[in-house]
Amino acid sequence: MAEYQNIFTRVQVRGPVYAGVPLPAGDSGRVGSGSTGTFISNLLGKIGDWQIGPVYLGWTGFISLFCGLVAFEIIGFNMLASVGWDPVQFIRQLFWLGLEPPAPEYGISLPPMEKGGWWLLAGFFLTTSLILWWVRTYRRARSLGMGTHVAWAFAAAIWLYLVLGFIRPLLMGSWSEAVPFGIFPHLDWTAAFSIRYGNLFYNPFHMLSIAFLYGSTLLFAMHGATILAVTRYGGDREVEQITDRGTASERAALFWRWTMGFNATMESIHRWAWWFAVLTPLTGGIGILLTGTVVDNWYLWAVKHGVAPMYPAVFPAGVDPATLPGGAQ
Amino acid sequence: MKRLNVNLPGLPVRVTVACAAAALLLAGCELPRPEVEQVGYRGTGMVQVDNPRAVKKLAAANQVPESLPRVEPAGPLAGEIYQNVQVLGDLTVPEFTRVMQAMTAWVSPEQGCQYCHAGAELSSDAVYAKKVSRTMLRMTRHINTTWEPHVRGTGVTCYTCHRGQNVPVNTWSQDPRLDKARGLAARDTGQNHPASAVAYASLPADPFSTFLVADNAIRVVGTKALPHGNATGTKDAEKTYGLMMHISQSLGVNCTFCHNTRSMAAWDQSSPQRTTAFYGIRMVRDLNVNYVVPTAEWLPANRLGPAGDVPKVNCATCHQGANKPLLGVSMYQDYPELGAPRPPPPAPEPVPAEGAEAPIT
Repeated sequence: MAEYQNIFTRVQVRGPVYAGVPLPAGDSGRVGSGSTGTFISNLLGKIGDWQIGPVYLGWTGFISLFCGLVAFEIIGFNMLASVGWDPVQFIRQLFWLGLEPPAPEYGISLPPMEKGGWWLLAGFFLTTSLILWWVRTYRRARSLGMGTHVAWAFAAAIWLYLVLGFIRPLLMGSWSEAVPFGIFPHLDWTAAFSIRYGNLFYNPFHMLSIAFLYGSTLLFAMHGATILAVTRYGGDREVEQITDRGTASERAALFWRWTMGFNATMESIHRWAWWFAVLTPLTGGIGILLTGTVVDNWYLWAVKHGVAPMYPAVFPAGVDPATLPGGAQ
Repeated sequence: MKRLNVNLPGLPVRVTVACAAAALLLAGCELPRPEVEQVGYRGTGMVQVDNPRAVKKLAAANQVPESLPRVEPAGPLAGEIYQNVQVLGDLTVPEFTRVMQAMTAWVSPEQGCQYCHAGAELSSDAVYAKKVSRTMLRMTRHINTTWEPHVRGTGVTCYTCHRGQNVPVNTWSQDPRLDKARGLAARDTGQNHPASAVAYASLPADPFSTFLVADNAIRVVGTKALPHGNATGTKDAEKTYGLMMHISQSLGVNCTFCHNTRSMAAWDQSSPQRTTAFYGIRMVRDLNVNYVVPTAEWLPANRLGPAGDVPKVNCATCHQGANKPLLGVSMYQDYPELGAPRPPPPAPEPVPAEGAEAPIT
């Protein structure tokens, strides 16, 4: 009997290398099918499967990786140019460096390369890469006779990405409203964005997105813990137990009924997890889309609709000094 | 299935790993424990966080020098006795001498009088530093008389900024070296480098030219819930954010010193300090535009910044990490000569001043 009461994988089941199901006719082949190009990693076996390969690339995968690389290089080389091609400064300043969208005066027109053109080009290649990678996940799932749940979950993330970098800037009539590329630049942008639009925490879709995000992590922990805890009773065969409920399912269900009065089932817990994860970027994207287009100041919106509470005044009545005589400047 | 045997490492290894993990966990902790002072309504997060060690350091760095003994304001006026006294001519000779002595200790304790005066010819304007100090004296009097909304009764003296240095430690000038992109490469639009001016954020690194010389709108937040033609965008917010980071680090305070951060824009929920800061921003702009920048015409090149502009004033010039410069001690009280010029003596009778406060511009 294997030991399941451990936080890391203790079991590596090793059989003959598996090359996968036959591909549909006309499909490009896998790289390293059969035993060539397929190898075994004891180390990776500790966190995942020990069999690496065969890999499928296909034309969507190839073009997607190529476009992703082009975007990566455009961003990277522009960052490198901004420190005068000094590799030491590139490493030292890496987290600060960025590639900014065009200035507001360019609207949604095409700016010169050095004034936002590179940002547009990087965005184009990155978007192409992501969409082709989506096509790839969809087609791979179909080739294996699977459902397309993964592809649609990925599409939810792409939706948020497109709202931030493409759809909302178009609606606002300015590329300058989009997110810059870069580690600190995009974080500073996020804070500035929230401040400009009167505090994003009062955006109800932002609230929903946070609830789904934190809910996802909670559900993930609850589900993983539950299955590991009942594995000694066969709970690791959770998919079989959807219809053939054994003692593992019964115990797990009873545990949650005792602790919180309600339990999911072996099937529904996976639907809970999928929807929570997918709704995070879906609701978040709606929240971003409404910001500036439909609502200009989320705090005032929340006051108008009774969401933001009013606190007792602790300071002497604050008056905008710009409204005082002689104060306008 | 065979039971898997796992060899756990020996006890010394495990103890070492546990100690390393504990040290890593505690690495973010600070001793002594920071002090938190609530300044706004409970639950709004309006607190000031101070580390006692930093507070001690700040107190040590803000020791106020002893004032020179006061002198009788009697006798002839400096403007009548000495030649070429353009600013402090309304002081009596003993007062004038006292102020000169104090200025020497405040600004050029090492070089002495010769830092500004050309040898024995005290009236000569040959040394550029004398012209600078004349401009600065005019500026100091302007601050103490016009900018009461910002400096209150505390006022300023030369020492507020100079602290025994010829040039105040905290000044700013434009840095053209930040953006090295040339040709077709994307320009950094003045941001995305580690910049001390904005507390090492990647925000626009020169909020000073934008707001403390030029008069650009600092306000970006909409005044109505729904769109109402507010043309400012997220990039404008980044510029304002940069200025705010400068104020925050110059004063050693966080955002909630002035703002209830749930609504940065709302004046009715802001602390009174925000109003003080409002006037401070306008004061600094006034000083830069009307006093500091014009010196570029005659200032020697070695005093200019890398872009050829004059080193200018920002919040840190006076504040130097304290939310009240010199921790609120008023040296001006001991040197009222640096305030409003005294009216000339032959004034027939005191006229009630009309509009005691000059309009703020």
